[in-house]
Formats: sequence, C-alpha cells, structure tokens
Amino acid sequence: MASLKLTNLRKSFGTTPVLHGIDLELASGEMLVIVGASGCGKSTLLRLVAGLEEPTAGAIELDGKNVANLDPAQRDIAMVFQNYALYPHMSVFDNMAYALKIRGLSKQDIATRVQETADMLGLGPLLARKPRQLSGGQRQRVAMGRAIVRHPKLFLFDEPLSNLDATLRVSMRAEIKRLQRRMAVTSLYVTHDQVEAMTLGDRLLVLHQGRAVQLATPMEVFERPANIYVAGFIGAPAMNFLPGALSHGGTAVTLDIGPVIPFADGKRPEPDGMKLTIGIRPEHVVANPAGLELQVDLLEPLGSETVIIGRLSDGTMLSVKLPKAEAPAERMNVGFPPAQLHVFDAATGLRLDPG
Amino acid sequence: MERRTIFGGWALPAAFVLPQLLLTIFFFIWPAGQAIYGSLTRQDAFGLKTQFIGLENFEDLLTDPLYVESMGRTVAFCVAVTLISMGVALLLAVFADREIKGRGIYRTLLIWPYAVAPAVAAILWILLLHPQIGMISHGLKALGIAWDYKINGTQAMIVVVLASAWKQVSYNFIFFLAGLQSIPRSVIEAARMDGARGWRRFRTILFPLLAPTTFFLLVVNLVYSAFDTFGTIQAMTQGGPGKSTETLVVKVYRDGVVNLDLGGSSAQSVVLMLGIVMLTVMQFRFLGKRDKT
Repeated sequence: MASLKLTNLRKSFGTTPVLHGIDLELASGEMLVIVGASGCGKSTLLRLVAGLEEPTAGAIELDGKNVANLDPAQRDIAMVFQNYALYPHMSVFDNMAYALKIRGLSKQDIATRVQETADMLGLGPLLARKPRQLSGGQRQRVAMGRAIVRHPKLFLFDEPLSNLDATLRVSMRAEIKRLQRRMAVTSLYVTHDQVEAMTLGDRLLVLHQGRAVQLATPMEVFERPANIYVAGFIGAPAMNFLPGALSHGGTAVTLDIGPVIPFADGKRPEPDGMKLTIGIRPEHVVANPAGLELQVDLLEPLGSETVIIGRLSDGTMLSVKLPKAEAPAERMNVGFPPAQLHVFDAATGLRLDPG
Repeated sequence: MERRTIFGGWALPAAFVLPQLLLTIFFFIWPAGQAIYGSLTRQDAFGLKTQFIGLENFEDLLTDPLYVESMGRTVAFCVAVTLISMGVALLLAVFADREIKGRGIYRTLLIWPYAVAPAVAAILWILLLHPQIGMISHGLKALGIAWDYKINGTQAMIVVVLASAWKQVSYNFIFFLAGLQSIPRSVIEAARMDGARGWRRFRTILFPLLAPTTFFLLVVNLVYSAFDTFGTIQAMTQGGPGKSTETLVVKVYRDGVVNLDLGGSSAQSVVLMLGIVMLTVMQFRFLGKRDKT
C-alpha cells in the first residue's frame, strides 16, 4: 500500500514522442483506470511505472521515493499481464512462489502465503498443475495470485480481462474489484474497454495521443466530458455531435440544421456566432412530434431497448436509444432536451461551461 | 487434423516417391548393406580371397585395447566439442538477443563460420596454430609455453577440439537465438517484475524454456562431433601424433583405407552406425513425447 505520484512523465521511442508529460497522483489504496484507444500510450505509461521501459524525462514517486531509475526488481510492484505471462515450465504453486523464493523467504512462509492466496482465489486444487493444463479463466486467476501473493506496494493491470470470453470477463471484473477493495492495494488498471473503466475505477484517466485529457471520477467523466474526444469515447452507443453557433447573447445555440435550443445551465460568456459542437447522448434524445425529422437507416434491438441509427434532413448521422415499445419503423421526429446538451468549442474541442 | 489424399492407382504415388527412394537405396541402404556384409568377412592380405567369419570381427574389436582406447578418446572428444560449441553459442546468442545497435551485423557474422568447409576451417586453424608459422603459436611461445601440437598429443587434442567446436558454434547459435526469441517477451518481463535478474533469470526461466532446443542441439552436436569431424581431424593431424587424436571415424579410415583391414573397418562402421541409430531414436522418442503433453 503506497501512494504514487507521476510528475511530467515523458517517453519517446527514437524521435517519436509517445507520452507528452503525464502528471498524476494516486492516494494509497486507490484504483485508477487508464483508458484510451489503441496507441494512446496507456500501456507505455504502465510499463514506465513498472520499470520495463525507461522514461525519457520525469519522475515516478512511490511513497515519496523516486523510483524512475530503479530496476523493476527494486520497485516492489506486481503486474498482471494481458496474456498472463505465466512461467510455462512451473506448476501453479511455483509460479506463485517464484517471487517469494527470490526474496529469500523460508519454505514454510512461502507455503503458507501461497496456500492463503490460492484459497482466496479458489486455486487450492490446482496448485500442482502446469499452466497448459488450465483454462483461460484459471490462468487469469493464477496471474492475479502471482501478483497478490507478493503483497506489493502497487498493482499494475495491463488489460487483464481482454483474453477472456464475455461471461467470464464480467465475473472476473467483479472479483478484481472485490479483491482490490479487500486488499486495499494502490492499483493502476489499463483497459480500452469502457465498461471496465466505468465500473472498476475510483477515478478514470482518459489518454488521447499521449496526453491526459481528463482525470476524474467515472461518473464525472460521463456527465461532464472535458472535450469532444472524451465525450465520443466514453458511452455506448457513442454520443451524437451536431454543429451549431452561439446565439441570443450566449444563452442558446442555433443548430446549423435549424432549431434554437436554450441552455439549461446558464449563459456562456463567449461572443455570439462562435462555432459550437453540441453533443447529446443517444439515450437522451427523445421522441418529439414537433421535432426534427429522422430517417431511420437501421434498428439494433438490444432486448429491452432499441438503438435507432438514422439521418437528419441535412444528412447528419444520429443514433437514438429508446425503450423497445417506442421504436419506429421508418421515420420519427426527435427532440433534444436542453438539460442534456454538452456544449463544446468547435475550434478547440474543449467543453464550454457557463461563465 | 490429418489429411489424406486418395490416389486412383499406385503408379503416380510410386513415381513421386521413386527419386527419394532411389537416393536412399543407392547412397544409404546399399553402402550400409555392404558395410554390414563386409563386417562379417575377412580378406587376405592381397584381396584375393574373402571368407565369411560371422561375428569374429566384432569380437576382435571389443577385445582390442586400441579400439576401446579410441572409444574413450572419442567420448572425451565429443563431450568437449559439444560442451564448448554449445556453451559458446548459448553465450553469444544471449548477447545477440539483447537490444543493441547493429545486432543484424553481429548475427550475420556469427553465422558465417558455418559456411566454411571443414578442410578450409582446418587450414585456417593450422595457419593460426602452426608450431613454426602460427600467429597464436608465437603468442604462446612468448608466454613461455612449449607449443607444438605436432609432437604433443594433448595439444593436438586441444587443437582439433577447438577447430571442430568453432565450426559448430554458428549452427548452435542460430538455434539458440531462435529459441530465445520464441520465448514470449512478457514471460521474461514477468520474471523481471518478480525480481529475477541476470544469472538467476537465465537459470530459472530462460534455460528451462530453452530445454527442447538444448536437447535437440545436444544430439545434433554429439552426432556431429562423433561423425562429421573426420575432415577437420584428417586435415589437421591425421589422427596423430601417434594415436592421440584418433577418434573412431579416423580409426575407420586408417584401418580400412590405409591399413586395408576391410573387414575390421566395416565392423567399426557398423558399430558407429548403431550409435547414430541410437541417438536418433532417442531424439525422436524424447522430442515426440514432449510435443504430445
């Protein structure tokens, strides 16, 4: 259990910068999920903290001590790899005991600790098996066990669930959360799966092209995305975006397609005529007979709800999530409730809040 | 999943197999049969009469102290060549596996010796180690070592071991490097996170995961040093001085071609053949089993 602090952490591969200065602080026992599309630098960030890559610049402090130039062996950090990276020639017991043996624990202590961890994860009956004799879910557990048994200062998870099937993923997700709470180990969890990101993290760090674009609680990221990228990345189906301009003295937006929608949260101080991008989530779009006409292209029934993908009269794509009963056949009229709008500066992509 | 193609008759498949079959018959089965037959006969000194004598040649061999001695020498030679060539190759492979600048060049250069013919390799080593003109010999003499492998049996053995091992390093290097590169990076990284460094990581992770490669190379190298080193030894020392570098293959040549004891020489060949067969069976058995589990 330790606090973690990253200061201006940078990494370049050759001349290609991958991380442009990340600042981050984790309280002891906190679980932070790092989320972003492929190639955003999230795995690199994790590997820097792990010590598997050397930072180009910046500091990594673990409990106030800079570990940026230490070997992974000296950092006391455990990592769960995406492909589990179990030692194929060792039994489950030996896989878990390996780090403890290196630290010179007595045979007795090792056996006790491995047994304890194995019982916690339900691995007791599998201790004598080799990794190739285990199922994917079991391997995953062993990988977790190998990390837990060390009682490290910090846990790193590198997309640990992405090789599992959907059902298993859901149950392992819950289990990881429970374990992390129970052991209260500071954790960094990298994923590209937004459900994992939303459900697991105390806080969320959204990375985009090597920059931290938002660091907040999952609900805050969902409800107040910092820019267009985050707004479009978090939430499924993705948020709709409509072009418009600021009008009526900063109190409303005039959409390019016609309607004027007043802001529910107050006046923006920027000048009228400024180009805006208005975001609205599919589940917030409502059926409104007086609203804009939507030509339906595709219906995606999800069971209790249906996602409607269609086109507005100017060709803008729009998706709408409605209860199943309300799903139209060919066309419908939609309205945008003012309270549900997200307002972004079209030029910078940043969120515009009332001033 | 096994795929079976059904041919209409037997003529076409027979035609496909024929070239390989002919090669095997003419270059392996026929000579091997001749050796086996020859090992059961004795010829007179002028090659006029051939007499069938059963297993007498083998009895003579196994009771011949010179043969038993040569066998011991061969074992020592093989073990030395195998250990040195595999050890050096593994060391080089571990270094070449690192992320270093110009590793492509290192790797290519390390593979070159394999392309050198045995006799040429022998001459290279002769030029380096020749008692009168060799560069290394001069160095050794400057250090006060009386270097002359042409009269010192131990030195001669060292020379042929070195030359033979050197030739095989490239081959082993390629396999070890490929073996190292097929170990998943994340497993090595997991070991790093677990705190394993340097020699310990090599001993507990890399080396065990290289075991199939190592075993394969062990068999290949034993076969190589026992049977394929004739060219090198013949060119460098002709088995001498005295009998100090006379391994079994060299003895087959000396007894058969030089001393014209065809029956005895054939019997030695058959013994060697049995050795190869045993090693090969061992390799198939062991590697085959590993794949199934």
